[in-house]
Amino acid sequence: MNPRTPKDAKAPPPAKAPADRNDPLQHVRSPNRIFGPEPPGERFEVIGKRLRKVDAAAKATGEAVYTDDIALPGMLHGKTLRSPYAHARIRKIDTSKAEALEGVHGVVTGAEMPTRFGVIPWTPDETALAVDKVRFIGDPVAAVAAVDEETALRALDLIEVEYELLPALLDPAEALRRKDVTIHEGNKHGNITKEVTLEFGDVEKAFAASDFLVEDDYEFHGTAHAPIETHVAVARYGSDDVLTLWSATQIPHYVHRALAAVLGIPAPRIRVIQPNLGGAFGGKSDPFSLEFCACKLAMKTRRPVKFLYTREEEFYAHRGRHPMRMHFKSGLTRDGKLTGVQSEILIDGGAYSSFGLVTTYYSGQLLTGPHTMPNYKFHSTRVFTNKPPCGPKRGHGSVQPRFALEIQLDRLAVLAGIDPIEVRRRNFQGSNTTTVNGQRITSNGFDQCLDQVEAASRWKTRRGKLGRGRGLGCAGSMYISGTNYCVYPNDMPQAGVQIKVDRSGLVTVFSGASDIGQGSNSVVAYIVAEELGMSVDDVRVVAADSDLCPVDLGAYSSRITFMVGNAAIHAARKIRDQVKEAVARAWGIEPQRVALAGGYVFDLDDRAKSLPTAQAFALTEARYETLGSTGSYNTPNLGGDYRGGTIGASPAYSFTACVAEVAVDEETGEIQVPHVWTSHDCGRALNPILVEGQIEGSAYMGFGEVFLEDHDVNRMGLHARPNLLDYTIPTSLDCPEFHASIVESLDPEGPYGAKEAGEGPLHPTIPAIANAIFDACGIWLTKLPFTPAKVLAALAAARANPPPRPSPNGKAH
Amino acid sequence: MSPDLNVLVLHVNGADLSVAAPPHWTLLEVLRYRLGLTGSKQGCDKGDCGACTVMLDGKARLSCITLAADAVGHEVTTIEGLVTKDGLDDLQKTFDECGALQCGFCQPGMILASRACLDRKPDATRDEIKEALASNLCRCTGYTKIFEAVERATRRGKAAGLGSRA
Repeated sequence: MNPRTPKDAKAPPPAKAPADRNDPLQHVRSPNRIFGPEPPGERFEVIGKRLRKVDAAAKATGEAVYTDDIALPGMLHGKTLRSPYAHARIRKIDTSKAEALEGVHGVVTGAEMPTRFGVIPWTPDETALAVDKVRFIGDPVAAVAAVDEETALRALDLIEVEYELLPALLDPAEALRRKDVTIHEGNKHGNITKEVTLEFGDVEKAFAASDFLVEDDYEFHGTAHAPIETHVAVARYGSDDVLTLWSATQIPHYVHRALAAVLGIPAPRIRVIQPNLGGAFGGKSDPFSLEFCACKLAMKTRRPVKFLYTREEEFYAHRGRHPMRMHFKSGLTRDGKLTGVQSEILIDGGAYSSFGLVTTYYSGQLLTGPHTMPNYKFHSTRVFTNKPPCGPKRGHGSVQPRFALEIQLDRLAVLAGIDPIEVRRRNFQGSNTTTVNGQRITSNGFDQCLDQVEAASRWKTRRGKLGRGRGLGCAGSMYISGTNYCVYPNDMPQAGVQIKVDRSGLVTVFSGASDIGQGSNSVVAYIVAEELGMSVDDVRVVAADSDLCPVDLGAYSSRITFMVGNAAIHAARKIRDQVKEAVARAWGIEPQRVALAGGYVFDLDDRAKSLPTAQAFALTEARYETLGSTGSYNTPNLGGDYRGGTIGASPAYSFTACVAEVAVDEETGEIQVPHVWTSHDCGRALNPILVEGQIEGSAYMGFGEVFLEDHDVNRMGLHARPNLLDYTIPTSLDCPEFHASIVESLDPEGPYGAKEAGEGPLHPTIPAIANAIFDACGIWLTKLPFTPAKVLAALAAARANPPPRPSPNGKAH
Repeated sequence: MSPDLNVLVLHVNGADLSVAAPPHWTLLEVLRYRLGLTGSKQGCDKGDCGACTVMLDGKARLSCITLAADAVGHEVTTIEGLVTKDGLDDLQKTFDECGALQCGFCQPGMILASRACLDRKPDATRDEIKEALASNLCRCTGYTKIFEAVERATRRGKAAGLGSRA
């Protein structure tokens, strides 16, 4: 390994403190214990079953309370004044007329909350409201709280802002080139927010030793999360000086920290609650302006304040998928072995850093599996532009380069005359290995994923035989199950769970995790029910409330099932062990003979001897103490020994293979996708219904990005389509038939062997469709989205210049 | 400051309810902010997403672009109205059973659009179901499990020998 130090001015986070092996309480304290994939009892009773979600009935009946469903007595309505200019200095703000309007209770500007924050603490470049300048159309400038929305909107019109216009940089290449315009003054590297170069092995040598080389430019456009629920927050400042924020966030813990820093009030005086959440997909994983404004205005007015973003504001708040311009070069040997990959990526970050530091690393670091990549070099540069800020969207940072790589792999396969699935088989990295950039791969079922999609799509009998205009394409990918890069450096656990046992037999689990629809509350309930041998109905989950629940870092990086799942096993197993001990003593037998299953505690050697679990809890409480426990999880030390080596280092990786079928209308350029087959290795599927839902939802989202969705601005920086009529997310009529299947590779460290399922399956959808289009009509589309105009242009170009056939012993480009 | 309020009598979920609301308020606003029927969701406020879908005289209707005043004299059914003393509507059960719910935000509208579809055509085919749900956006599921849930309800309807919850 030959990693070059990236140009990084910031110190890397300190390594985690090694576990003290002489610590006599190590077995109790160590948060990174491994439970293994086996069931806690004789067989799984809950895990692996097709169960309902714990909150499904409440959602199906409309009972479930989302943030906008909260109405507090005396509640005011907040509205945000936004910049009409893409780049301007604020000379003056006069709010006096707005404050004088009847019905207005409070106005706030950036001067009152000047503390900078950022979800990544190394790059704090946002303020709750613009302080000195605005950096994109829609940048929040001031906020108002009034008796109703109409009054608040009228008040916004009365706020006078004097702007001095600055040149707007809307193109990332221009932003990189221009030294005379700086979007963030004081940034050491002009408009560059992050630049990373890492090389592993020697790509030049690898290319020289290749029989086939391909080199091409690729473009991934911007796309938005578009959750059906927009951002919404409600704040209350009580007479006890406790500030409570209910917010549609997927990172309540980071919001808690940011509120304390920006509002200047002690963190214990703040309570953050995440109610039911109407979709997020990464779009709610930064602290947002409305959260600070609701709190500040609640403090100023002493009345509860609600902010509900309109759909248009949602598009401006953004943090969607980063547009990337990518140059990729890859080599293959005659027998189909990948020799090396090199990429040069320009990332359009929009106006603020958000997760951009991580995005820049992820654009390179997450590409080194499931295909063995002996030599690899990437150079990624993220720049600021005067556009809505980009951030993490499902498959953060790696969906874009994966698109390029998987197309290159197919191009190489064509040159070498090898079947695209076969070329991926030949490069399969296997399990229990280390990637070229130092990532530890444990379980890996990618080969089985390939088998499944090959069989399901009837690839062997149908590919190449579907007739002109119809084709099949394949792609593969990997993704993280959480990462050991904690957003702020600390040695504490990444996930925590607390269990309380009631004398009724009810077990309440307090989980810090954010259920954003993926079902994390259900997963926690299944695990605790499994461990304690109970019905899921007797387990209740209280989640994402900073007053009640232990800290979990949030719903991002596909970390929750793995990390919170392990924490839940940890906590539940303490109770389980205590119950076994107490019952064993009462019965005068060894604790190993005591089992918990089916709502009973019984003697394994004399099954007639049993107690209902609730009675066993009572017996245990009587013998010991009030029953309760905590559980936690922390990652082991992972990652390459170089700067940035921990970013993208995950305790386990998921793998996906996808085959897409397309039908290209060569007259109109329209493309139909009748079927998408996705097979995902998620380790043990804790509930296959939920896993299938994640696979189908991921494939759906990828499909939308290929053809329908385009988050872009016009030449003034105004969003081109900030509504759901023009920003077209797929409807029921647009979608292919999604066929999901599961591979269970049983990870040695995951909870019962589970890994992630929420983000990985999105990745290969997009290149699989691109590769299917080549199979259908011989064109390589490399610039997303694939509009009919691009298809027709590529078809015309192909007719004018038929691609050269590869010479048998030469190299073709 | 506040405009004059209109007093409307709305027939919602089988009951006559009188509400005072500004004349420009939509049915969605009245349902959510006057009647506390927060099961109907606001996703776009301009008729693009379908999260606010209710049934008006048995037909799916976008409540965010329907004036409350225009609902007077019609039978309004919201997601809360599908729950009767006999329990949940078949579709509420099948959405739950089939894992058609992820974040759940589009589901009230989705279930009501499905109910309207099945009331009209109890043995709707998958293509007809797709057509009926085309105005209701779901961002989580890819719709697959939603189609399965509606199909399961059609099969149950057949097994029970009736078309709807009649």
